[in-house]
Amino acid sequence: MAFAAWAVLIMLFLFFPIVIIMLYAFNPSNVQSWPLSGLSTRWFSSTWHNTEVRQALWLSVRAGLLATAIAMILGTMAAFAVDRFRFFGREAVSLVLVLPIALPGIITGMALNSFISFNSLTFSLLTIVIGHATFCIVTVYNNVLARLRRTQSSLMEASMDLGADGWQTFRFVTLPMIATALVAGGLLAFALSFDEIVVTTFTAGAQNTLPIWVFAHIRNGQQLPQVNVVVLFVILVSLIPVALAQRLTRDTGMLRSGARTPAAGAAPAIGAGSAP
Amino acid sequence: MVSSSGTSVAVPSPRPSTAERAAEGPAVRLNEVRKVYGDVVAVDRLSLEVVAGEFFTMLGPSGSGKTTTLRVIAGFELPDSGTVELHGSDVTRSPPYERPVNTVFQDYALFPHMNVLDNVAYGLRVKGIGKRERRQRASEALEMVRLPGVEGRRPIQLSGGQRQRVALARAIVNRPRVLLLDEPLGALDLKLRQAMQLELKSIQRELSERITFVYVTHDQDAALTMSDRIAVFSDGRLEQVGTPGEIYESPVNEFVAGFVGTSNLIQRDGRCYTVRPEKIRLLGEAEADSADAAGIVREVAYLGSVTRYVVELESGETLVVVRQNLDMSASSAMQQRGRRVRLAWREEDESELDINKQEERNP
Repeated sequence: MAFAAWAVLIMLFLFFPIVIIMLYAFNPSNVQSWPLSGLSTRWFSSTWHNTEVRQALWLSVRAGLLATAIAMILGTMAAFAVDRFRFFGREAVSLVLVLPIALPGIITGMALNSFISFNSLTFSLLTIVIGHATFCIVTVYNNVLARLRRTQSSLMEASMDLGADGWQTFRFVTLPMIATALVAGGLLAFALSFDEIVVTTFTAGAQNTLPIWVFAHIRNGQQLPQVNVVVLFVILVSLIPVALAQRLTRDTGMLRSGARTPAAGAAPAIGAGSAP
Repeated sequence: MVSSSGTSVAVPSPRPSTAERAAEGPAVRLNEVRKVYGDVVAVDRLSLEVVAGEFFTMLGPSGSGKTTTLRVIAGFELPDSGTVELHGSDVTRSPPYERPVNTVFQDYALFPHMNVLDNVAYGLRVKGIGKRERRQRASEALEMVRLPGVEGRRPIQLSGGQRQRVALARAIVNRPRVLLLDEPLGALDLKLRQAMQLELKSIQRELSERITFVYVTHDQDAALTMSDRIAVFSDGRLEQVGTPGEIYESPVNEFVAGFVGTSNLIQRDGRCYTVRPEKIRLLGEAEADSADAAGIVREVAYLGSVTRYVVELESGETLVVVRQNLDMSASSAMQQRGRRVRLAWREEDESELDINKQEERNP
């Protein structure tokens, strides 16, 4: 009992402030005070029409999508290499891929910043994307690698045996097998990218992503109502992909496209058919 | 290549003459194939030939190299040395998808995200064959394996026996020259396994004009039931190749004699013989005509249709005798324990073993 009580308290400690912040988005007043004087959505439209916010949102979305795309390609390739082949430095690859998550973002950020400045590159969308990709790859890599390890290797052999070359085997067998893991990894990568602030600070130059815009305006205390609305939005955009990713990798994790309900009399095996 | 195009309907594909087959070479020819994993020699300079159209079984305990040999033929493993020929052409360096062989895997390896029809038609699909012909041929293959009407199901909705049939259909639909089967019946229960053995043999007979079967198993019953010829493997080497009759009745050494069936070893004049348990007659002490040995029944195991007697000879050796329960009841069989008996067998049922070879193997 005591343990359960502690667990509840800790959960409250972690999540209650977030709920409060989300409530502030509906604050009708432009002064933050508790309790709220009412509930209103008046700041939503003013935030939506704020061009700074729009530009920041657009930059965040583009950076997130591009970083995710890079992560999905490189992460999948790395997972394949580690799963399929035995080569010198194989263990090191895992470490190197996971490292950007373990390393403080400020170190990654500083390193990238000095690299960019040293080579006289201009800060742009590209530099943000590169910064984000460093820590996005690992989510895809981990998800895909876990799936590959659970997949019978004989499936790929069977495909080759039946006359499919490497590319056909990837398209018809491997990709469908890893599809949900790949998408889940991608969603997590996007969520990571969308609310990242430390590395972005060092790689964005004068550009504002949404989290950087929030950070700046919290500090100078201007436009707090709009900041609250943006914060609510960032929370949702980060939360939804994570929840989706969890759903995708639950159960067998296999894509159920076109799966019909089992015919009468055919008992589905354990672990199958439990998903909607 | 034997023509088997889908357009010709009435004309049966002509059976290649013996001369044609000889010119083409054997269905499979392994020449001094060697495969090493780290310190383990999985296959040690192995040579064998599989005749086109036969049911050839590679029999041996686990770790004897039979599965590795199969994987070398399929192209999943590259031999460290030696060559692989299929119908006279060297495929040692060819990838699996360029070899005219198909495999039925031990775990079936059915694609879980495809239904049965798509599974069976997969090989045709990747070769770019049109949808209608694919459906047609896949359905025919499913009929061939006696499993029509499940085209729309997923592998997970099938029983073990049905999956096994789908795996077989998926392989034969491609009309391979050689069909490789890796313990395909291993996961089935005894009754189903025995039924499938007979069915597999009859399917092979129907297809033997076109397809050579190479079957890997550790199950001696399966090997004896289905094979035209058996190769007995041990420690990455071939111990003996021959028909089921030759392997069973004239094993060349103790390993073959012991692995295939129960063997009785008899030492006499510095030579080693084996006699199969069912070839020995069990006689009462009085009915001594030309008995070969005398002894005492130590153990009796009543097995329904037969009874197994373990007889300790006066010379100290132990022989197993199996006798049909023709006019022997369970209780009278059990009473045989402790009785003095005489044993007799025909000289032609003795098979001399190569002792030297055995000693060289097991220092």
